[in-house]
Amino acid sequence: MKNKMRIHKFGDDINTDDIIAAKYLNTTDRAELASHCMEHIDKAFAKAVSAGDIIVAGRNFGCGSSREHAPVAIKAAGVSYVIAATFARIFARNSINIGLPIVESKEASDRIRKGDSVKVDTKTGLVRNLTRKESYRFEKYPPFMQKIVKAGGLMNSIAKKKR
Amino acid sequence: MPHTITEKILLKHTKAKDVHPGQFIDAKVDICLGNDITAPFAIEEFEKTGAKKVFDKNKVVLVPDHFAPAKDMKSANQCKILANFAKKYSIKNYFEIGRMGVEHALLPEMGLVLPGDLVIGADSHTCTYGALGAFSTGVGSTDLAAAMVAGEVWLKVPESMKFIFFGKLSKWVGGKDLILHTISDIGVDGALYQAMEFCGETIENLPMEDRLSMCNMAIEAGGKSGIIAPDKITERYERAIKNKSRRGIGKFYSSDKDAKYSKVKEYDVRKIEPLVACPSLPSNVKPASKLKDVTIDQVVIGSCTNGRISDLRIAAKILKDKKIKPGLRLIVIPATQKVYLEAVNEGLARIFVEAGGVFSTPTCGPCLGGHVGILAAGERAVATTNRNFIGRMGDPTSEVYLSNPAVAAATAIKGRIAHPDEVI
Repeated sequence: MKNKMRIHKFGDDINTDDIIAAKYLNTTDRAELASHCMEHIDKAFAKAVSAGDIIVAGRNFGCGSSREHAPVAIKAAGVSYVIAATFARIFARNSINIGLPIVESKEASDRIRKGDSVKVDTKTGLVRNLTRKESYRFEKYPPFMQKIVKAGGLMNSIAKKKR
Repeated sequence: MPHTITEKILLKHTKAKDVHPGQFIDAKVDICLGNDITAPFAIEEFEKTGAKKVFDKNKVVLVPDHFAPAKDMKSANQCKILANFAKKYSIKNYFEIGRMGVEHALLPEMGLVLPGDLVIGADSHTCTYGALGAFSTGVGSTDLAAAMVAGEVWLKVPESMKFIFFGKLSKWVGGKDLILHTISDIGVDGALYQAMEFCGETIENLPMEDRLSMCNMAIEAGGKSGIIAPDKITERYERAIKNKSRRGIGKFYSSDKDAKYSKVKEYDVRKIEPLVACPSLPSNVKPASKLKDVTIDQVVIGSCTNGRISDLRIAAKILKDKKIKPGLRLIVIPATQKVYLEAVNEGLARIFVEAGGVFSTPTCGPCLGGHVGILAAGERAVATTNRNFIGRMGDPTSEVYLSNPAVAAATAIKGRIAHPDEVI
């Protein structure tokens, strides 16, 4: 898997208002949502981000409102993985349901710096930091969630069950 | 195996023979809820599946409350998506403005969620209904779509944390202060993925509307749900609801004595005074009495946290025959049409207007920076709402302080953060 990307660092308790402000919730247009991603806390992000990049954040990423617009905006911006020390619950399940890969690792969150070259290997459950020559282990999704991810998201997984 | 109230409700709604924390289950939902922000995504996903009907037209609830009455054309289109969907699939519980209220005030008031229910809502404050003794949690739009198709939701059985409150509440202290105190103690991720069970003598004597305020903010501590075992107060509340088409008064569960908790916390509430959560996290809590030098531009009284009739009564008691500080804006928003009418009939609306405030139609409006009171750059608000994140109520340089309705009303009079004792 080619997972070489740029890193965008964020701190603790990044809430869903930070990720996509409520004033943009009157649309479901993915590209528009992406263009306002992180606007309140990092005006440059939406322009700087490109396909394949990785967000690395601290604790409780995605806390606050249940708006699925948050993971949708991140995914539509081209972000390939969100790595955080911990994730807020609804954000985590929304990400799984829509197929935005998230990785929970305190070590990766602490160690990865802006500019590092990082590869995520979901098969082995390892984040490799090529710049620092380190790797960080993370818990793979439990089998129940893997089924959802494998099916390509929750709606596909439900459709499979019904068949 | 001994179970908590949360585990008992989940067990009742799944095919699994037993449940334990960490286990993944598919659970049947009694009610699934969406609003004008979250339902349009869910409806898109629902239509993509080619489903011909929703799993149960009586169990889907749609409330356009966030940007309604529609604040602009895009919002009008979002609301229209809900109205069209409700019509197409004969959804009984769609609430057009005129019947609409802030969803988490409306559903309990209508008797749509009951003790013992399993409820999911595409809105994070769905945890509110735990006050009735239901398992109730916020999910996303895709979850709502899946539930509308299949009537089920996937859940990880949460661990439970127990919060025991004892002692008599001081004057002007209510459910809002108890939950702010709790969040300040454990932090905004202190209950991550967990069920927060509130109990103890203080809770046993706490009115239902205060319980709703408490469970409403479980999410602000990262909680999956908040819950209070149903009791006489719950029964009285349920029996007073006048809605002929409701499903009864629900099923009352309680935790086994030897049920397992990940953590137990005890709070002596006699030490708690009226509190304020300062910018920009709900855990940044200080006593109102220590914040007297914070000047305020706008006060908002309303929301799913504190927009019920008891909240408006407290605010009106303080504002009666008084004027708000010149230059300050007071916005009072009853949470539902029923609360609105009660406030008019009891003379509360008159008190707010004569004090110099505005009295609005129900909406989530300013709470999430939607409409009806957006803050300009550098402005400061005291609000009885639930979140004070950066830019939550408007400009990213504006600030929100969270309080109970008594502190909010006193602040409106003083033009700075005030303890209610200063004005009454």
